[in-house]
Amino acid sequence: MVVQTPNGFNLDNSGKRIVVDPVTRIEGHMRCEVNVDEEGYIRNAVSTGTMWRGLEVILKGRDPRDAWAFTERICGVCTGTHALTSVRAVEDALGIEIPDNANSIRNIMQLNLQIHDHVVHFYHLHALDWVNPVNALRADPKATSELQQTVSPSHPMSSPGYFRDVQNRLKQFVESGQLGLFKNGYWDNPAYKLPPEADLMATTHYLEALDLQKEIVKVHTIFGGKNPHPNWLVGGVPCPINVHSTGAVGAINMERLNMVSSIIEKCIEFNKNVYLPDVIAIGGFYKNWLYGGGLSSQACLAYGDIPEHPNDFSPEQLHLPRGAIINGDLSTVHDVDVRDPEQVQEFVDHSWYEYGEPGKGLHPWDGVTEAKFELGPNLKGTRTNIKQIDEGAKYSWIKAPRWRGHAMEVGPLARYIVGYAKGHEDITEQVNGLLRTMDLPTEALFSTLGRTAARALESEYCGRLQKYFFDKLVTNIKNGDESTANVAKWDPSTWPKEAKGVGMTEAPRGALGHWVKVKDGRIENYQCVVPTTWNGSPRDSQGNIGAFEASLMNTKMERPEEPVEILRTLHSFDPCLACSTHVMSPDGDELTTVKVR
Amino acid sequence: MADRVLIMGIGNVLWADEGFGVRCVEYLSEHWHLPASVTLLDGGTQGLYLLPFLEEADTLIVFDAVDYGLEPGTLKVVEDDEVPRFMGAKKMSLHQTGFQDVIATAQLMGYCPTRLLLIGCQPEELEDYGGGLRDVVAAKIAPAVRVALSYLAQMGHVAKPGRTESDLLADPSIMQGAYEAGRPSEDEACRVGDARFFPAAD
Repeated sequence: MVVQTPNGFNLDNSGKRIVVDPVTRIEGHMRCEVNVDEEGYIRNAVSTGTMWRGLEVILKGRDPRDAWAFTERICGVCTGTHALTSVRAVEDALGIEIPDNANSIRNIMQLNLQIHDHVVHFYHLHALDWVNPVNALRADPKATSELQQTVSPSHPMSSPGYFRDVQNRLKQFVESGQLGLFKNGYWDNPAYKLPPEADLMATTHYLEALDLQKEIVKVHTIFGGKNPHPNWLVGGVPCPINVHSTGAVGAINMERLNMVSSIIEKCIEFNKNVYLPDVIAIGGFYKNWLYGGGLSSQACLAYGDIPEHPNDFSPEQLHLPRGAIINGDLSTVHDVDVRDPEQVQEFVDHSWYEYGEPGKGLHPWDGVTEAKFELGPNLKGTRTNIKQIDEGAKYSWIKAPRWRGHAMEVGPLARYIVGYAKGHEDITEQVNGLLRTMDLPTEALFSTLGRTAARALESEYCGRLQKYFFDKLVTNIKNGDESTANVAKWDPSTWPKEAKGVGMTEAPRGALGHWVKVKDGRIENYQCVVPTTWNGSPRDSQGNIGAFEASLMNTKMERPEEPVEILRTLHSFDPCLACSTHVMSPDGDELTTVKVR
Repeated sequence: MADRVLIMGIGNVLWADEGFGVRCVEYLSEHWHLPASVTLLDGGTQGLYLLPFLEEADTLIVFDAVDYGLEPGTLKVVEDDEVPRFMGAKKMSLHQTGFQDVIATAQLMGYCPTRLLLIGCQPEELEDYGGGLRDVVAAKIAPAVRVALSYLAQMGHVAKPGRTESDLLADPSIMQGAYEAGRPSEDEACRVGDARFFPAAD
């Protein structure tokens, strides 16, 4: 039976059903079911968050100044982003203004995390959907060297000997039976299109990226006191600055600032010489694979981030753009007010929660997280061994957030489409440059590759912004301002009896919001709506499908029993279910299992 | 000292017994004075962020909650080559997948410490989000730490009763006591006057 969704997709669940469970190489667990027609095209898609999220419940009654430390623990990757969002929410509620240096340092840390996350995502999670490391063993190192010099003439590591060494190292690793990182690939699937030399080049950069990423994060150690799990502070940043000879132990001095500066330069170099050229080179082999656009051409949402001035989140002051696009109309970018109870609402009709009233949406300040696990009548299998989920009923641990009732895509591609539609100068220039270089039309943006490319462009842009805020910080310090925190309202006796606030950031994966209510100095309600809640959302009361689901629609699968295409597109969102949901049941040692029914 | 040791607790303190590893490291820092050759680290929920620490260590000791299918609270100690293999046997949480990847990656990059010791404890309860350690698991913190200390002693790193200061441990608000009491006391939560945080505040 074919059903048209209000957001314009024709769902047909009559074809062969394919189940991918769990979808691996993501932070968290998800399950995906699709129906394919006789020619192998996906005609129905169902994405299920298989874990329960309950962070809100455990923050009740805590000191709001400590919320960041808890939220930092919900994820294995973007810890700092949650902490930043949390301190912003509390500052908003209590009317606390942070000093200029704190704004610059927070921006540097946030941008640093963007770059780290994008690089790690591309090389360590996503590249294996396009690059075949096993094929790299067959490459000719000399030809690889020539390819490298064509693709990126300014990258210093390009000799035949260098590639031969890497190839030997890989060979040893594979022969020792430790294929670990590369196991369970579908390495002989025709969906892989690269010649061995491109595979070797990209695999080599996988190793270079590993080396780089451990340098990048030192910025968090310097400003956050430690990493993993750096320190944050309501009212500013917890690192004192002292560029003179005496001062507090652990203060930021010139030596540390120079270290930050050199890390920023490394990021810029890597983006320019390795990351962007790789995306262009690899993308060039997949130019005909423009599936996966999903909601991106229809409905995109960005909260915006990286404020030029402290405490000013007006859209024109944000370096990463804010706005909403709906109904595919790129000529109008709507402003977003996350306080407006009519704008952001979460629905649970197809989620394993209950509000007590069908069709109801709740703004996060009034959010409720009450679990209700029940399965629909068309389920195949049993409660503990689900063979096929019933998407007509409740089917996910992820809620369905909507912006004015619309299912939205968030993330690097959404940010870039919003920026492009708004005429954001840097973003427009980058996007036009990339499309020109690759000889692709604007429509090519709305694709899985568009998502992957937007992330690379953003990493490059964030590198430049990082330098901009570093220079701003140093200038301010040289002018004699060493203040990093405002503690005037630290004491709870200075707070109103009741207050509510919201913190917004653009996490690497997309728009992130924390909504907090404070009463008598304690947290009364705390709700996080994370990027993967937006992207991974199930259907809503109206039947609109979410961004993951939409992105899989109408994709051609080469071999339905080897879901390379599904993984490729889902990975392009960098899904992170660790924070959008919570582990419900222990998972065995089972790796991705694909069931075709 | 030629031989550098990293002692790391991993796991998510928000998931009841999942916090075992992190709590062991906290306990060590509060009860034992370790020589300068030993680094104490709360690895928390992290994966690749741990690589720089592995690179700087010759020996790695890891505390973690691992499901061996044994009686809750049973300690199991494995060494060297057994570590990644054993952890691959059954995943109980996200970070273990992450940690296995970290070990494999460290090996690929030549960063992996030459000696590995995993001190694991069979959890009783993981499904209590926001909960603390169950008694049977909490009771194994001190014995687990003794295993680590005797391993250290054999290598010539002698610990004495006392404390070890480390910047690499959890924020006070989520240390075991504060976390499990539900809310930190005013003193712990209020950091006004702490030079590390507010040098310029008057």
